[in-house]
Amino acid sequence: MKILRALGLTFLLTLMFAAASSADEAALRQTVTKFATAKGFPAIEAVVRELGATGDPAVEKVLNALSEGNLYVRKSDDGVFIGKEGGATASLLDPLSGEPAGEALKAEITKIRVNNSLRGTIRDVLGTLTLGSDDPKVRLAAATTMFKSPDADAIPALDAAIAKETEASVKARMQDARASAVLVSDLPEAEKLAAIELLGKRGDRDTLSLLTGFQANAQGALKNAAGAAVEHINSTLALWQTGQNVWYGISLGSVLLLAAIGLAITFGVMGVINMAHGEMVMLGAYTTFVVQEVIRTHAPALFDWSLAIALPLAFLVAGGVGLAIERGIIRFLYGRPLETLLATWGVSLILQQAVRTIFGPTNREVGNPSWMSGAFDLGQLAITWNRLWILVFALCVFAVLLYVMKRTSWGLQMRAVTANRRMAASMGIRTPWVDALTFALGSGIAGIAGVALSQIDNVSPNLGQGYIIDSFMVVVFGGVGNLWGTLVGAMSLGILNKFLEPYAGAVLGKILVLVLIILFIQKRPRGLFALKGRAVEA
Amino acid sequence: MTGRFFAAGADRRIAITIAILLAVAIVVPILNIAVPPASAFHVPAYIVALVGKYLCYALLALALDLVWGYCGILSLGHGAFFALGGYAMGMYLMRQIGERGVYGNPLLPDFMVFLNWKELPWFWHGFDHFWFAALMVMLVPGLLAFIFGWFAFRSRVTGVYLSIITQAMTYALLLAFFRNDMGFGGNNGLTDFKDILGFNVQANTTRSALFAASAIALALGVFITWRIIGSKYGKLLMAVRDAESRTRFLGWRAENVKLFAFTVSAVMAGVAGALYVPQVGIINPGEFDPANSIEVVVWTAVGGRGTLVGPIIGALLVNGGKSWFTGAFPEFWLFALGGLFVAVTLFLPKGIVGMWDQWQNSRRERRAAATPEQGIPPIVEVAMPVKQKPAAKSSPTPLDGGEPQPAE
Repeated sequence: MKILRALGLTFLLTLMFAAASSADEAALRQTVTKFATAKGFPAIEAVVRELGATGDPAVEKVLNALSEGNLYVRKSDDGVFIGKEGGATASLLDPLSGEPAGEALKAEITKIRVNNSLRGTIRDVLGTLTLGSDDPKVRLAAATTMFKSPDADAIPALDAAIAKETEASVKARMQDARASAVLVSDLPEAEKLAAIELLGKRGDRDTLSLLTGFQANAQGALKNAAGAAVEHINSTLALWQTGQNVWYGISLGSVLLLAAIGLAITFGVMGVINMAHGEMVMLGAYTTFVVQEVIRTHAPALFDWSLAIALPLAFLVAGGVGLAIERGIIRFLYGRPLETLLATWGVSLILQQAVRTIFGPTNREVGNPSWMSGAFDLGQLAITWNRLWILVFALCVFAVLLYVMKRTSWGLQMRAVTANRRMAASMGIRTPWVDALTFALGSGIAGIAGVALSQIDNVSPNLGQGYIIDSFMVVVFGGVGNLWGTLVGAMSLGILNKFLEPYAGAVLGKILVLVLIILFIQKRPRGLFALKGRAVEA
Repeated sequence: MTGRFFAAGADRRIAITIAILLAVAIVVPILNIAVPPASAFHVPAYIVALVGKYLCYALLALALDLVWGYCGILSLGHGAFFALGGYAMGMYLMRQIGERGVYGNPLLPDFMVFLNWKELPWFWHGFDHFWFAALMVMLVPGLLAFIFGWFAFRSRVTGVYLSIITQAMTYALLLAFFRNDMGFGGNNGLTDFKDILGFNVQANTTRSALFAASAIALALGVFITWRIIGSKYGKLLMAVRDAESRTRFLGWRAENVKLFAFTVSAVMAGVAGALYVPQVGIINPGEFDPANSIEVVVWTAVGGRGTLVGPIIGALLVNGGKSWFTGAFPEFWLFALGGLFVAVTLFLPKGIVGMWDQWQNSRRERRAAATPEQGIPPIVEVAMPVKQKPAAKSSPTPLDGGEPQPAE
């Protein structure tokens, strides 16, 4: 009878505790006190696992404290507390509820020591625990953690979580985690085969290393299945790798396009060799630097807008310098391209040295606004925001330029002057001004390219030099006097470069591209999209 | 022949130049070695080294003048031929170090030991013989120029396009020579030389000998260029410069004419590089920098392209200025150089020598106009085409000047 009553009481108590959603705090406390008697890391690890197996979120606090080295044992009664050290005494907190539980002298308590493998275990255990969290992001993170460090003991917890899960993406990740746990468990072969199939479909790098590891130790049908899955993943990854290369190539192409598009105006449309073009890019980058410095000191809140503010300023600065160069030097040298080349080279030296004198020879720090930093994954592609924005920006600049050239009266005048100067002049077009403004436009566009390039390149006086040869290659390759040619030229050179890189290395790849362009110019001296008809003979 | 040799104008000037160079080649070493340091006539060793370096630059500028001034090919890659000649000589000098290197390997240069290479790459074989290295000094740049020119001229890449691809060529070589696996010492290049032909490269006597060799090579270069442009072939060269299509329509193969000039010029540049390296004691990929090649252009432009003496004067003046500037106001040198580029193209399109000739001629013409009976004085043979077509020098097909041309 006594026993029956005791049982009944226990039952009631259990119900009460269940209602309080704290399964059995007493049992939990009992487990926690085991830390006091556990000697050595394996023993502590066993206790950690035991706590994890309860699946109770309440153990999170104590485990975190343990991992951070804040869990103490009071020597007098073997009580376990979370401690906060302060001078000679430490304030103690209850390990489960986190409520204050008095103070103790430092001499009265001992810290429970942890090592890295133990911390790893704690992380895993916490990962399992957070599977039940309310926040889907936390659940996803937990599933990912468990996927990366599979543990056969976690299968029941995962099964329960999968059954409850409503978000499809989280559920899929949990199933992956379960599959990886199945592989290390001693479940029957059929389950493992199913797991392999599931993992094979996922097909990313983590799965690949997991399956390769499994394949090495497996036998028979499992080994074959794993091998097939590995092969499948490898081919998928190769495809993604190609995609990634294309993306890198497009990204490089957009940089080349930005650098070259101003040149497509000055060299392509006007036929003026401007060796100081790279320095216009540099001026744009330094304008960004100055704008950011002013913002940093006067209005830090505007920092995210710094690039938007720098764009028009860079256009004006570079365009103004371009206008000065055209009026001061280039207009005396029309029809003498080689002399123009030399004079503008001289200008580029002067501009470089001027910037070096004013800003110093070292690299200057240009920050990324928050919306340009970071990266995201698209499938297996890693895409950084700044590269994506630069691509978008380059295409916008291209579109605007195309519009200006083809649809505005200014563009019409520009084309008229280059097609037949005398006729244009007799129609009342002020050809000297069209020349000057066209050159200023090309320079200004180089300036805004500098704003974008300051985000991915070192802002130094030599910034422009690195782009000048590439830019000329793009314009010549694409076909002089053709904006579409410049776009295609930039993209194809970018992609070609990135596809050669894995086989030949970065430097050799670049050399190969240069050699290919040199050979290409032999074959088609007027570029990919050569102008036909009368313009050729001029 | 000798009658014409001392005739007048350019020919006499060239003869004098050659004579001066030969005299310098003999006198300066004597003044350096035989005259005691206390004497007022003593030439200090550093001057010998410095001027020796300038003479190599002058030879390089002369080489560029042959293609640019006389054939209208503006090469922005002549520094590459210079550096290749220098590397060929550097390889010989490296092999001469032998066991005296830091690692004491009798066969491999230090940097190869450092990179853990076990045997000599194939292209390093033979460079232990001077004759082989000397051959390569001329053969490698010449061959590169021949192949490059053969492709470029045959497909009629001209004007600015040619300039840009020559620049791309030297840029590609710059990148290539920076690589360690190329086997040319990578970033550091070749240095720490000990002997040349058994003489210590550091010794005063060797330096004087190298100085003399540079002066003689320059004199030889002037002589060869002079013979070339004085010949029938030289007329063809200038015809191609002034009106390429017209020359072609007359039945000449313009591409062969250009190819010959380009190759000869590259060989001259290679020899200049080979003489340069033992004097400065190092050759590294920086010599391939496109900026270096374009600097050579300004030497030639300052002195006066299309004249034989001009590039020499230009190279000496600009480099003398550079040495002085980088010592006195290091931060202003690039301003000065940049300004020089602009000023020369705007105000001195014919360079110093060209301007001098023009002034002399106009003076003579005035005199001739004043006394018409006295017969017309001999016209300067070399400078003549330059005088007649100032705008056409750089653009082979004369365009209606002073205005931008539509893109091609």
